[in-house]
Amino acid sequence: MSRKKTEQEYRKTFAFHFFRWLNGEKDPYLGEVEMKPQEPYKETEEEVKARIREKNMISRRLYGVAKSKEMKGLERFYKAASIIFCCILIYLLLFTVSYLPPVGTADRPVNNEVPQRYIENGLQETGAVNIVSGMILDYRAFDTLGESHVLFVATVTVLILLRLDKKKKNDGEISIEEAEANDRIYEPKNDAILQMAAFVLVPIIIIFGIYVILNGHLGPGGGFSGGAIIGAGLILYLNAFGFQKTERFFTEKTYKWISFGSLSFYCIAKSYSFFTGANHLHNIIPKGTPGAILSSGLILPLNIAVGLVVACTMYAFYAMFRKGGF
Amino acid sequence: MGANLFVNYGEAVAAVLFGIGFGNLLLQKNLIKKIIGLNIMDSAVYLFLAEKGYIIGRTAPIVTGGVQSVEAYINPIPSGLVLTGIVVSVSVSALMLSLTIRLYRRYHTLDLDQISLMIKKEEET
Amino acid sequence: MTVFTYLLMGFLILCAISVSLSKNLLNSILIYMSYSLIMSIIWVILESPDLAITEAAVGAGITSVLFFVTLKKIHAIGGKERSDEQEENGTGIS
Repeated sequence: MSRKKTEQEYRKTFAFHFFRWLNGEKDPYLGEVEMKPQEPYKETEEEVKARIREKNMISRRLYGVAKSKEMKGLERFYKAASIIFCCILIYLLLFTVSYLPPVGTADRPVNNEVPQRYIENGLQETGAVNIVSGMILDYRAFDTLGESHVLFVATVTVLILLRLDKKKKNDGEISIEEAEANDRIYEPKNDAILQMAAFVLVPIIIIFGIYVILNGHLGPGGGFSGGAIIGAGLILYLNAFGFQKTERFFTEKTYKWISFGSLSFYCIAKSYSFFTGANHLHNIIPKGTPGAILSSGLILPLNIAVGLVVACTMYAFYAMFRKGGF
Repeated sequence: MGANLFVNYGEAVAAVLFGIGFGNLLLQKNLIKKIIGLNIMDSAVYLFLAEKGYIIGRTAPIVTGGVQSVEAYINPIPSGLVLTGIVVSVSVSALMLSLTIRLYRRYHTLDLDQISLMIKKEEET
Repeated sequence: MTVFTYLLMGFLILCAISVSLSKNLLNSILIYMSYSLIMSIIWVILESPDLAITEAAVGAGITSVLFFVTLKKIHAIGGKERSDEQEENGTGIS
């Protein structure tokens, strides 16, 4: 007798419900969830004509000469009212600014004991020469964790909005929407000047980005700016050489694993202090001498993690805008 | 008006930029111009924050020469806040631009008045 | 230095106003790009080099590139015949 369970039995097990929930077929609170993709908006010739006619009518009604007098008056009133509102807003803000303490003096209320603590003890406590970097990746590291997740969530949302289904390509011809999104068909390729310039510039840009990331605790820079520079270099490479070359090393899978790895590394490294019960991460990594590249404990790995997330996010935005997917 | 308007010229510029961005949001009909207006408002707020931390005659908060007194460096907190803000503003504008592309694919126009008229018409039928 | 700062601030406001007034979408995005660059110079003056690097890479680089791709997607640049057709239909974009 085989050990396979019957269909009826399997339906009662935990694994069946778990996998149904995992696949999104059933939600414990909502019941059955419909997981149909949104129907693409298709239109026939007559619908296009009707749409154009309707649009002409609407624009005639909105902007044409035969516009009704009330609409015109309302629009004029709206414009005048919004300009007046903006002027009042600017006046109020300027009025407030004129009573604020003068810029550039040391005894403003902003300069209290918190920045004093950061400046006087920051080097000993975090080991970072750049106080801003030490602040955002050590004292306030949870803030930065949330922010890198904001980037990830934004990528996911853009992917939901701009993604194209690849399943419906079976009938041999490409739909208009897909062709519009898929720039590869129309773009001129092998532009010699662009390719030569990219050949020289892209390695320099990416090396500069790596330098900025690795020196985040020693000088101006850090994960955010370095990641953005690397992302810009990748975008230039993509523009010059096309999608086929970038897909060799950067696909959806690469994005998934790099973001997942960096974010979970950051999360584990910083939420360690929850489990030890301390209110701050105690030193596992020695701080080293301030000023050396391998110093300042966790800040360097966290900078690298943030830089990877930002670089992937920037490249992913561009790739999704260009062709709807990676 | 108080006495410090011309001393605080940076903050005044930030206030004016905020007003201009808000006016863009109210007056422009084009969606992309609205997004640019929102970005201008963003950077106005950042400029205001950065002006808050600036102190004349002090250098950037990077420890040089072992000097660690408060008198040597500017306030590092606004810099940290703005640094995270800039990167978030990029993702916000990317999100809004992708929504704009979706709207264009559906309604074939960027004019907000026309789009809302069409939506109203679709609801009626 | 103060005169230089005054000039930059004035240019900032000028850029913001001309973004709102320009009729062409491509022009307004280019002006916004220069606005970001001026912003990054102002941040060097305000002694925050971190912000200057980030703004130059992000504001002037990637945001503008995203805007350009969006314009390409909505057929606002290039494609002469398309824009003619739209003018006929009364669906001009800008």
